[in-house]
Amino acid sequence: MKIRIKFGKYGELKFIGHLDVMRYFQKLMRRADIDICYSKGFSPHQIMSFAQPLGIGVTSDGEYFDIEAHSTLSTDEAVRRLNEFSVPNLPVYDYRLLPDDAKTGMAVIAAADYIVRPRYPERVYFDIKKSWDEFMAQETILIDKKTSAGEEELDMKTLIYENEADEGSISFRLSCGSVINLKPETVMEKFFEFVGYEPAEFELIIHRKELYAAAGDGFISLGDMGTVIDKGFSEDDKGDN
Amino acid sequence: MDSKVNNMRKLALPEEILLKVEKPARYIGGEINCACGDFDDADVNFCMCFPDVYEIGMSHLGIQILYDMFNSFDRVNCDRVYSPWNDLDRIMRDRDIPLFAVETQRPVRDFDFLGITLQYEMCYTNVLQVLELSHIPLFSRDRTDDDPIVIGGGPCTYNPEPIADFFDMFYIGEGETRYRQLLDLYLKIKNEHPDGWRSIFLHEAAKVPGIYVPSLYEVSYYDTEGGGEFPAPHPELAGTIREFRPVYDDIPATVRKEIVMDLDDTYYPEKPLVPYARATQDRVVLEIQRGCIRGCRFCQAGMIYRPVRERSLEFLKDKALKMLKNTGQDEITLSSLSSSDYSHLQELVNYLVDNIHGRGINVSLPSLRIDAFSLDVMSRVQDVRKGSVTFAPEAGTQRMRNVINKGLTEEDIIHGSSEAFAAGWNKVKLYFMLGQPTETTEDVEGIAVLSDLIARKYYEIPKDKRNGRVQVSASSSFFVPKPFTPFQWCRMNSRTEFIEKAKLCKANFAKMLNAKSLRYSWHDADTSVLEGVLARGDRRVGAAIYNAYKKGCIYDAWTESFVYQNWLDAFEETGVTFEYYNERVRSFDEILPWDYIDCGVNKKFLWLEWQRAQEGRVTGNCRMGCAGCGALVFGGGVCFENTN
Repeated sequence: MKIRIKFGKYGELKFIGHLDVMRYFQKLMRRADIDICYSKGFSPHQIMSFAQPLGIGVTSDGEYFDIEAHSTLSTDEAVRRLNEFSVPNLPVYDYRLLPDDAKTGMAVIAAADYIVRPRYPERVYFDIKKSWDEFMAQETILIDKKTSAGEEELDMKTLIYENEADEGSISFRLSCGSVINLKPETVMEKFFEFVGYEPAEFELIIHRKELYAAAGDGFISLGDMGTVIDKGFSEDDKGDN
Repeated sequence: MDSKVNNMRKLALPEEILLKVEKPARYIGGEINCACGDFDDADVNFCMCFPDVYEIGMSHLGIQILYDMFNSFDRVNCDRVYSPWNDLDRIMRDRDIPLFAVETQRPVRDFDFLGITLQYEMCYTNVLQVLELSHIPLFSRDRTDDDPIVIGGGPCTYNPEPIADFFDMFYIGEGETRYRQLLDLYLKIKNEHPDGWRSIFLHEAAKVPGIYVPSLYEVSYYDTEGGGEFPAPHPELAGTIREFRPVYDDIPATVRKEIVMDLDDTYYPEKPLVPYARATQDRVVLEIQRGCIRGCRFCQAGMIYRPVRERSLEFLKDKALKMLKNTGQDEITLSSLSSSDYSHLQELVNYLVDNIHGRGINVSLPSLRIDAFSLDVMSRVQDVRKGSVTFAPEAGTQRMRNVINKGLTEEDIIHGSSEAFAAGWNKVKLYFMLGQPTETTEDVEGIAVLSDLIARKYYEIPKDKRNGRVQVSASSSFFVPKPFTPFQWCRMNSRTEFIEKAKLCKANFAKMLNAKSLRYSWHDADTSVLEGVLARGDRRVGAAIYNAYKKGCIYDAWTESFVYQNWLDAFEETGVTFEYYNERVRSFDEILPWDYIDCGVNKKFLWLEWQRAQEGRVTGNCRMGCAGCGALVFGGGVCFENTN
């Protein structure tokens, strides 16, 4: 069976890298006795895949990884158990069953929500909301994007699906994933260029809120693609009822 | 959401520094299973330091054991600190940020104790780095009641003299036995003498078994030239130690090492720390025994940890399961000096392979003696096509192996290899040493000859049954004589001699029949000769360490940071020479800098072994018969194995 697990990353744990996060959850699976499947061979590894790496320094409310398991607890029980063996700044939020034919989060991810803030608000001399709205009012925002075929000019605006600014922060939903991955840093670099603002080193505080797959004309969060498990079961029980 | 985003422990470093440095996870603490004690509520705050980078320090079992022990003590909080990596080191100096412990993020200087483990000599400049970044005076004599007590432990304390001036005290031996007593003494004296407690505590601590307070011992030396106050009785003793004695009558003239006799009834962590950043040893470590029965004459560990004491099978099975469950690690390994000599090895390994292997957990075996049993278990836990078998002949000829008392014969190696080949392996690793006493050209050449013999054995297998080409990888390190070994008196080769030997060795590999199947690599000679001086040095070497540090030497154990010239300059400035410390044969009547330490194995035995070595005579291991080394005084372990 396939299971999708949602977690957050906060506080000082934003300083641990993606590989460290992966190793952390592999160990958490063992500590919490999750009945995860292993590959065959002399060095078996857990069948586990993360939807989208999160950079060092970025916090998040909505990270996902998928696992394959032989049996499962209920959603509530699994979340409780995982948190019992996890740490407060890497909380597990959800644990849902995916359809057997579901693709991994990594394969379907299409967008991500971010909120960004200046690290040194006192340096910011311009009106964030006003400037942002002017920035987004441009007809096109062209960027050079490296692709497998070389450099290509893209209209960044078509990759920003939703956006909103207030006096202290900017929120946006950006194209994310293996096809066209737009980083919040790229957007903000272009924005600062537009404003004529010279950013400081590590100017931005970035927080990721949610990851999405495409659904019709819109998006569905990776978590909503799974169903809540009311009662634990084993793969062997399947088909009994 | 915001409350969680900002749910950050107060960190000592500002965010923009953590974002700038490599692997910031090194500096945030909060690892799984951390004690995360309350600094302000503790009576004693003990900061444990491994003076190297975090990933190395977190791999060390000794710190995990002591960390667990200290935190089990009532009203004691134990935290940890490691050497900041070069990038952060520069930033902390530029901005004058004091070094902090990782869990509480409190300045190291605010702790009551700074305990530094000394695992290898090349970390000595990092000790000074840690002290300086902590704003603790480098020299013990400059410290006040406001500074922590700086205490050293670990194998290098079996000759702490080169770094004696930087430490307030050393704990000689195994840490499990005396710390409670030492901390209680500290609390008592600090309570009775809030002002001026430091010197009183140092004096009283010197009476605690195993504790050596260097400032309370005086050293004098014979003159190097004639006409002085202390002429040497004969020329060989010129410049050597004339007298080493305590300055008070009520502290002991010799310090006997501390030792745990019952390894089943002592501290052992069931919940070891699991770092976020990948440790060099990212696995559960099961220490199966301490000490070694073998008595290889070059090996310090084989002497200072005598007698051999084993942990019971039940203890180990129980701890293995608990540690795996509590850490979620995917690998477990056995630790000891010679695992093949552990009495219950087969039962233990079979238990681990049958009950733990599979389910995503690997059992990684230490270097076992290659025989039918070890090949069988190895084939169950590793892919023979990828894995290799390892031998440590340490020398190329049987004559040389007799000198060093390495009880591994050519026949053992060839036979073991051919069994491994028959079972499907085709990679062999060999470890050698160059520069051991009495070594001849033939012994050096023997390294390539032995490697080639193994390859020849492989090609005796019919071609259709071979698993491709064989690969024999030999590597050699340069022999560094260590205190408390029979070779403590011997002459060490010079840098030039080492390099010539390595070149000769390399050239011989090229001449071998199976040269294309053989590989040879050797260790750096610069660090080896320096390690020689630091290992057998006396207090006069401390000035050279200080000068080298002031020239910018840190992370000397890391090739990319090591600057040999800085050390040569520091030696020049302080009068320390390779000739005196390395390239001189010491005589029996010379007072060695570490003679005041009693590690159980006595000097007479070591001298006898040194004589036997020069005659090429071997000495049997502890289970073949007692050689009378002196470790019997501890009243247990292998010495009393068959005497109930």
